[in-house]
Amino acid sequence: MEVPFHLPAGSTSLRRVHNKATMSSGATGAVQPADEPPTEARPTVITAENLTKTYGDVAAVDGISFSVPAGESFGLLGPNGAGKSTTMKMIGGVTRRTSGALHIMGLDPDSHGPEVRAHLGVVPQQDNLDEELRVRDNLLVYGRYFGLPMSYLKPKADELLEFAQLTDKAKSKVDALSGGMKRRLTIARSLINEPRILLLDEPTTGLDPQARHILWDRLFRLKEQGVTLILTTHYMDEAEQLCDRLIVVDKGRIMAEGSPAQLIREHSTREVVELRFGSERNTTIASELQGIGERLEVLPDRVLIYAHDGESALEQVASRGLRPLTSLVRRSSLEDVFLRLTGRSLVD
Amino acid sequence: MTDGTAREALRAHSPDIAAARARRWGAFYYAEQVLRVMKGYGWSIIMYSVGHPVAYLFAMGVGLATLVDAQGAEAFGGVGYVTFVGPALLVSASVMTATNEFTFPVMDGFKWRRTYYGPHASPLTPQQIAAGHIMAVTLRLLLQSAVYFAAVVLFGAAPGGWGWATILVATLAGLSFGLPLMAYSASITEDKGQFALVMRFIVMPLFLFSGTFFPLDSLPLAVRWVGWISPIWHGTELGRVFSYGYQQPPLLTVLHAVVLVALAVLGWFLTRRQFAARMGK
Ligand SMILES: Nc1ncnc2c1ncn2[C@@H]1O[C@H](COP(=O)(O)OP(=O)(O)OP(=O)(O)O)[C@@H](O)[C@H]1O
Ligand SMILES: [Mg+2]
Repeated sequence: MEVPFHLPAGSTSLRRVHNKATMSSGATGAVQPADEPPTEARPTVITAENLTKTYGDVAAVDGISFSVPAGESFGLLGPNGAGKSTTMKMIGGVTRRTSGALHIMGLDPDSHGPEVRAHLGVVPQQDNLDEELRVRDNLLVYGRYFGLPMSYLKPKADELLEFAQLTDKAKSKVDALSGGMKRRLTIARSLINEPRILLLDEPTTGLDPQARHILWDRLFRLKEQGVTLILTTHYMDEAEQLCDRLIVVDKGRIMAEGSPAQLIREHSTREVVELRFGSERNTTIASELQGIGERLEVLPDRVLIYAHDGESALEQVASRGLRPLTSLVRRSSLEDVFLRLTGRSLVD
Repeated sequence: MTDGTAREALRAHSPDIAAARARRWGAFYYAEQVLRVMKGYGWSIIMYSVGHPVAYLFAMGVGLATLVDAQGAEAFGGVGYVTFVGPALLVSASVMTATNEFTFPVMDGFKWRRTYYGPHASPLTPQQIAAGHIMAVTLRLLLQSAVYFAAVVLFGAAPGGWGWATILVATLAGLSFGLPLMAYSASITEDKGQFALVMRFIVMPLFLFSGTFFPLDSLPLAVRWVGWISPIWHGTELGRVFSYGYQQPPLLTVLHAVVLVALAVLGWFLTRRQFAARMGK
């Protein structure tokens, strides 16, 4: 069996990740102060005030403000075209902002680009490996851009290849890698300078489930070491597991901000009933469901009833003589928050 | 991944050091990368660098020269034909290579494989990426011209003691044509076959009408201007001065050098600007 990312023996952190996930998904419904670490105590590494980027008439990012304390894992969530990547590129000092203020480690990326970028590890949405170079050379060359000596880079490259389970491919050309392998190499490359701030734009897109889980574990360890993570994702489970705090962005604006648990509390009910009546009937039956639960959401393939008590909502459905093909009661998730705030589901 | 305890010695230096080094040496770091990529197709570079001069010099020096020289050497300033065309071929080859290196790879950097965007996320600046690319190509032009010059010497076509200077002249000519072209390449967002047009309608006419195979004076005035604006002509004339002591007013010699340097500097300036503007978008 091929394990895409190497997991050291005796690792317990995967379990830790899962524990955390159950806690932060708001399953218990209780307020959990431990979930939101005190931010005052830690220095701020990123601040954005009224950050704006326009392309012609399009405001890709339309006046957003946030700040990220050291060691936090901060997520950007939003539908396609929301402005997540544009924000990441401005933080990464590769795109100039149109207006607003932005500081990374107290430095303005427009005037101190090299200094800002020297602090960062970057996984862009679109892989930009050097396809003509071999896998290992990609890591070496990239490390050179930080002025790192070969005596450091050679063992470090081997270590990162092992981490990304690409040791066998060290001498292959990048052209010959699969999409997921390229992604893993890009992630490995972002760590070559041991950055204290990591920008990850949809890092796990294209990875198989196992590779994703192991990457989560790895990111969690970095977080434990105090590395600040800035992350965008279309996977709600990823956001719930990895992010201490997140912003939901739509059309370049912040729609909501908070920890996953807070967001679920504020923007959704405790439970959700999912009903499937078959794609033909979902819309027509919606009118007959009126009044059950707090809110109704009709999707092409199913109807969602938002309710504090899912079971009793389901009983009401039955008492109205309605017989769904399938029904399911589950806890609210970030997916529901997202749907509520942006009117779109997060299908990748 | 280990926790790093066993490898405590293996630590990256601080971001401050990384930034300071990148500010100082960044262009060299990127040049190193381009040279690594060139190494990947090293054989075809070597074959081209050796094959091109041997083929051309043989055709001109052994084939054409026997006919031309039979007519008397006066038409070519009193030297044999192969001596006359040697510097021209050397300069033209450098310009052709510069044309290749400053077109497709630039498009690759910005669009096709986006090779510039990896380093762009590192501490390097767009200007350093441009400079590094240019440095690597300059090195290639120097080496290629040195090999070419060696071939010219073997064909007995560089009688003067200053012939080696044609290596520098050819490299300069390559840059004076290549750098403005690089600025143009960096401005292209849609590939509509522009480079094929550049080859066909700019490089080829310059190659043919730059006093390469016959003195520019033998052309009618109506086309002679092609030579005057051509880096190949300026480079060739300058090369001839060094290669076989071609007689011309000293002021003209200086003018050739000034034109070449001016074009290269202008191209460098435009390229830097274009890179910074395009990558900062
Ligand atoms: N270079 C560009 N030129 C013009 N418009 C752009 C450019 N880059 C982004 N945009 C526009 O800015 C908006 C935000 O794009 P962005 O890539 O930041 O979205 P995103 O949130 O990352 O989306 P996705 O989830 O699809 O990655 C979109 O409307 C996009 O069309
Ligand atoms: Mg994006």
